[in-house]
Amino acid sequence: MDGRQIRGIRLPAAVFELENVSYSYERVVALDAASLAIPAGQRVALLGANGSGKSTLLRLLDGLCFAGPGTIRFRGEPVTEERFQDETFSFDFRRRVGLIFQNPDVQLFNPTVFDEVAFGPLQLRWPRDLIRQRVAQTLDDLDIAHLKDRPPHRLSGGEKKRVAIASVLILDPQVLLLDEPTAALDPRSQSQTIDLLAGWKDTGRTVVTATHDLDSVEEIADYCFVFQAGRLVAQGSPAAVLGDTNLLRQTGLLHVHRHTHGSGEVHSHPHRHHDPQP
Amino acid sequence: MRANRVVEGSVQGFLRVLGRTLESEELARRDGLLQSLDPRVKLLGFMGLIVAAAASRRMEVIGAVFGLAIVLAICSRVPLRTLMIRVWAGGFAFTGMIAVPAFFLTPGRPIWWLPVLGWAVTAQGFRGAVYLISRVETTATLSMLLVLCTPWTHVLKALRVLRVPIVLVVILGMTYRYILLMIGTAEEMFESRRSRMVGKLEAKEGRRLAIATVGVLLGKTMQLSGDVYLAMQSRGFRGEVYVLDDFEMRLRDWSWLAAFFALSAAAMWMGAR
Repeated sequence: MDGRQIRGIRLPAAVFELENVSYSYERVVALDAASLAIPAGQRVALLGANGSGKSTLLRLLDGLCFAGPGTIRFRGEPVTEERFQDETFSFDFRRRVGLIFQNPDVQLFNPTVFDEVAFGPLQLRWPRDLIRQRVAQTLDDLDIAHLKDRPPHRLSGGEKKRVAIASVLILDPQVLLLDEPTAALDPRSQSQTIDLLAGWKDTGRTVVTATHDLDSVEEIADYCFVFQAGRLVAQGSPAAVLGDTNLLRQTGLLHVHRHTHGSGEVHSHPHRHHDPQP
Repeated sequence: MRANRVVEGSVQGFLRVLGRTLESEELARRDGLLQSLDPRVKLLGFMGLIVAAAASRRMEVIGAVFGLAIVLAICSRVPLRTLMIRVWAGGFAFTGMIAVPAFFLTPGRPIWWLPVLGWAVTAQGFRGAVYLISRVETTATLSMLLVLCTPWTHVLKALRVLRVPIVLVVILGMTYRYILLMIGTAEEMFESRRSRMVGKLEAKEGRRLAIATVGVLLGKTMQLSGDVYLAMQSRGFRGEVYVLDDFEMRLRDWSWLAAFFALSAAAMWMGAR
């Protein structure tokens, strides 16, 4: 796979390539004829308001649901339901691609944090001693070793998110897919999560983050795709996308906010949305 | 407010369940005798004592096992009040209801007559009822001690020594975890309704609210279960369950297991005489 050039930016070979990919829930179209390439080793942001198709795209990329019309390729190989019947392909794909869900409660189903982080390696049949060693290491790396014997449902939102990230990071995937990683977190946990994502720059790992938190985009992404109602409407560098006020307003990422200052002066200006609290 | 009983009662019920769960988890983390033992020792040891108490034909033996359970509770820093509320009162009331007819229906020597009705309480009936209640109280106390002094997930894992299939253990563990999650969600739903309610709610409306909430909760459960399955798949789950068994038996655990078995054997021998 050769590198490609989009809007003047030289991109490396694609790890994921999508051609005219569509997906519908019953009669509701979630993704509509999306074509894009996600370059290997890059940090990519999928931007869009709620219901724009970002989460659906992540699930398609992770092989959890499969495109109707259109094709998805991972390192040149088609990602289809049939391919996942092959245990070798499935193991290889699951080791290389990890998805962190928006709601950590979905991802934390084991009795203790230790068991949770060990779940993935156990499914991939790693040796038991290696699993124990790697779980301890991963918990240390994410500064959550003190939580190892706690049941995940008793953790705070920020701790749950870190455990969810640890449960995927232990597999050391080449591609990380994150769905709204800062959603519903308090400011401190948000900042810790963004620091973590920012630290993955230049690590050779491909990171795809679905978000509508524009404040963190420049820190966590080198390239952006913008979605609106299931359609890919724009792409470019974070600076280019964030500088296009019309685009942001059109896609629901920015709106005009009218408010009153202490002096009584009333004025309006474009206003970015942060992640909603639960 | 009588008319708001459905909402109030539901919220109180959810809070009670969550409160008891929290209390159990807190007790299981305490620094006590039973908490320090391997869960498999407690499971097997208590099973032996339960069988001995249930099979015993001598009240002294049942009393001794009950006494041992109380000593273990004290050494494990389990408040006797908790046992009184959660085991003894309920066990006495429930078993008492079953045992009361035996007072009068069991043939034997009359020892007392019920005023007005004149029904005779027989010595054999009284003895049978007392045996039934004391066996139930003893075995329930031991079972509750096991649950209170061991994280529930460890109890489930320990079941594997009894050859319970891994898949069943994992399903039970996940069920427990998601029941708690769903109780939390239901509690929030009822509280949100309560915060927007002004005045009385008719009984019919209350029932409709409860049914509607159950429906919404069921929908959320379905959604959650689908998402959980996807999250498992995403990390390599393909239908086979693998778990990391990290229990470790130390000399102390073996000693206690031997002690439990010796006590159970002695109780069985003495109880059979």
